[in-house]
Amino acid sequence: MASKLLKRTFHISTWSACPPRSARSLIAVAPSRFFSDSNSQPVPATAGSSPLPPGPPTTPNDAPSPSSVSRYGSKRKSESTHSSVKDPELAKFAAISDTWWDSEGPFKPLHLMNPTRLAFIRSTLCRHFGKDPYSVRPFEGLKIIDVGCGGGILSEPLARMGAAVTGIDAVDKNIKIARVHADLDPVTSNIEYSCMTAEKLVEEEREFDAVIALEVIEHVANPSEFCKSLSALTIAGGATVVSTINRSMRAYATAIVAAEYILHWLPKGTHQWSSFLTPEELVLIFNRASLSVKEMAGFVYNPLTGRWSLSDDISVNFIAFGTKDVQ
Amino acid sequence: MNRFVARRFVGSPFLSRVAWRSFCDVASAEKQKLSSDTDEYDVAIVGGGMVGLAVACSLASMPLTKHLSVAIIDSNPALLKGIIITKDDPPDPRVSTVTPATISIFKEIGAWKFVEQHRHAYFDKMQVWDYTGLGYTHYNARDVNKELLGCVVENKVLQSSLLSCIQVADFQKQIFSARLNSMNLNPCSSLSEKDITSTRYQGSFAELELSDGTCIRAKLVIGADGSKSNVRELAGFKTTGWAYAQNAIICTVEHTAENDCAWQRFLPSGPIALLPIGDNFSNIVWTMSPNESSERKDMTESDFINSVNHALNYGYGPHPKSISAGDGGLLSWLGKGVTSSGGEVFKVPPRVVKLASERMVFPLSLKHANTYISKRVALVGDAAHTVHPLAGQGVNLGFGDAYALSKVINEGIAVGSDIGQVSLLGRYEAQRKPANIAMIAILDGFQKAYSIDFGPLNILRATGFNVANYFSPLKQNIISYACGEQKLPHFM
Ligand SMILES: Cc1cc2nc3c(=O)[nH]c(=O)nc-3n(C[C@H](O)[C@H](O)[C@H](O)COP(=O)(O)OP(=O)(O)OC[C@H]3O[C@@H](n4cnc5c(N)ncnc54)[C@H](O)[C@@H]3O)c2cc1C
Ligand SMILES: C[S@@+](CC[C@H](N)C(=O)[O-])C[C@H]1O[C@@H](n2cnc3c(N)ncnc32)[C@H](O)[C@@H]1O
Repeated sequence: MASKLLKRTFHISTWSACPPRSARSLIAVAPSRFFSDSNSQPVPATAGSSPLPPGPPTTPNDAPSPSSVSRYGSKRKSESTHSSVKDPELAKFAAISDTWWDSEGPFKPLHLMNPTRLAFIRSTLCRHFGKDPYSVRPFEGLKIIDVGCGGGILSEPLARMGAAVTGIDAVDKNIKIARVHADLDPVTSNIEYSCMTAEKLVEEEREFDAVIALEVIEHVANPSEFCKSLSALTIAGGATVVSTINRSMRAYATAIVAAEYILHWLPKGTHQWSSFLTPEELVLIFNRASLSVKEMAGFVYNPLTGRWSLSDDISVNFIAFGTKDVQ
Repeated sequence: MNRFVARRFVGSPFLSRVAWRSFCDVASAEKQKLSSDTDEYDVAIVGGGMVGLAVACSLASMPLTKHLSVAIIDSNPALLKGIIITKDDPPDPRVSTVTPATISIFKEIGAWKFVEQHRHAYFDKMQVWDYTGLGYTHYNARDVNKELLGCVVENKVLQSSLLSCIQVADFQKQIFSARLNSMNLNPCSSLSEKDITSTRYQGSFAELELSDGTCIRAKLVIGADGSKSNVRELAGFKTTGWAYAQNAIICTVEHTAENDCAWQRFLPSGPIALLPIGDNFSNIVWTMSPNESSERKDMTESDFINSVNHALNYGYGPHPKSISAGDGGLLSWLGKGVTSSGGEVFKVPPRVVKLASERMVFPLSLKHANTYISKRVALVGDAAHTVHPLAGQGVNLGFGDAYALSKVINEGIAVGSDIGQVSLLGRYEAQRKPANIAMIAILDGFQKAYSIDFGPLNILRATGFNVANYFSPLKQNIISYACGEQKLPHFM
């Protein structure tokens, strides 16, 4: 059943999941697969001097087994309101929260990716909600929540595009930074920020036309529960957008080795390979949360232009647009 | 917030000018009423020269940027009064050779139809030769499968066309007849919480103070204020530059018949160019030492005309010998690369019979800003790069900037960017800087190669010409680059 579903939903993508490899061979393999296949740059010498992060397990689970999903599901059942919070992850973000708006700082990749992912959001939401893509404020009239908003890198453009934006994050420092920054501009000053989890908002029975959580799901303790909360926040017929890093070899090489160890974009230890999801897994947990994935695209980084673009290649970073089933 | 929405003006240029004037009167009256609080704009364009107006025009033409509110700041009274050009006006001695790339930009932003209402001259042929009589080159638009090499237009025509285009556009703009005095780019630089209440919203604006005491705020300040740019200085951008010990004399001259070709001859002290500008007029750009230039500026009109005709004909050396395609001689080995116009015979440019404008003298220099952008600031045109008039490229680079910047802003608005943010403006710089530097390098190379008398090396230079004349791909590259296509010639 799962494979049939995948064929249907991934019509636009032609990704090739990397075959499982042992952790040892990774060091030899990673360099030539750094960014996009068209560019095989030699690894800078610094690669050897930093100890590599723990590699992927020797037999990665490319196809999600029900047991791996239920593992997430049963882990922290007791803390119903904070089931997605992973404390060590939050500490990492709290430590660098004052650098959110430094486009050359630790969040540089998010700044670089922003136009690309917003282009995806603009086109999918405009189509879904029948909005005019040539309008300056196409999201006028839409209530959007940015879950895990960090310093507001995504919330602010959404507000400029006309949406009534709510931003939430589990780290209080992030929310403070986001508030101060949004207040600098009258157009973004009406964003509603608060420090809380998606689960808490579900308890308050808040609903939004679109629920967006970009680059968050890889940091939560229980992705499956997290998606259920996202779904609960989405009105029936509304949209949910999630982006994350793929658990492929390419993603391992790019996101962890390159961004954390070679380019020093991200502090070491920002990502843990084992918490990444594959696109198939995401589709599955979306489905379990009554969300159907309608579109998916990859982000590819071109080191020559320093820009990201949307592509069919979802092997590193990908973004999924789903709609909440009308029951 | 005080924005003025311009009504849509249609009809004859004259009517639109009247409407424009009354609109501005209303606008300034209202402005005085509201002068207590600072006006806010999305964009402030400092400098309403050709490039500044081109920025306004392209912003007005793109689907998302046309909704921006724009302030144009320039003390030139013509911007408010409108520029009135009548058929019998003497030609402006300042002309620009616009490239096909510029023409397509003008067409896209809707300004070319206004240019076409005035004097302009398309040309599809160019002859370049050298005083030693050893070499000459014909450039023909056919060589690059184009209809034309460019069009020569008086600067005042370009400026008034852009102005007309802005006036008819349905676009929120306000012209301030003043100069920029000072600029505060960081009204609220720190992000500490205690500042929140006192300086609410200020971080997203730059504050500008004008010479008449007006203060305005803008999310993006575009420095289009020419080679001595105040914006560049106030933003703290450094420049790299050279001054050449050379001046250019420019003026308009008259022939007895229409000239349809661009001519350039390299003389011992520098090149002389004769560009067709329509009717029986041509424009002269003649580079020489400062001493010679002051002499030639002061000599009588008839002496000056004689010296021009001398410089374009037998002066300083013989005509080059025409090489017909058949007797390839030295260069026959080039074989298949021969261009269609390679065998064209050497021609003598039309005689000048009269001076049609004053003679103006300009020193030659190259200047390039090391940075084009920072938070809330972007430079365009001569403010970012000043090149000498040798290849007539100066303003074309500026028009390229204007269009590229507007496009980047349009893309930014589509994805909800702050139009003054560095990551967005950086894309403009990344596009334009390499293109502008490449052109500067070519012009500097040209300057060095042709401003000095090489003596025995002249023969090499002349051979260079002949090779360029015969060897198609090389010549196509040179023409393509001069036509504004961004591809470096192979020899660079
Ligand atoms: C002799 C000569 C011949 C040339 N020939 C050619 C040619 O054949 N082809 C070609 O393409 N280019 C040519 N150029 C270059 C061309 O003229 C320039 O590239 C072009 O004028 C640049 O336009 P701009 O709008 O950037 O600057 P400018 O035309 O210099 O305009 C700057 C504007 O800013 C205003 N300004 C300045 N300071 C302030 C301030 N503080 N506040 C408000 N406003 C301010 C000024 O009033 C002016 O209107 C030539 C240049 C020279 C000197
Ligand atoms: C990589 S950042 C992404 C920020 C933002 N979404 C963006 O893409 O620009 C991840 C953010 O998610 C937040 N976060 C992690 N776990 C969370 C959770 N369970 N609930 C809410 N926010 C969480 C972190 O504090 C951090 O700000």
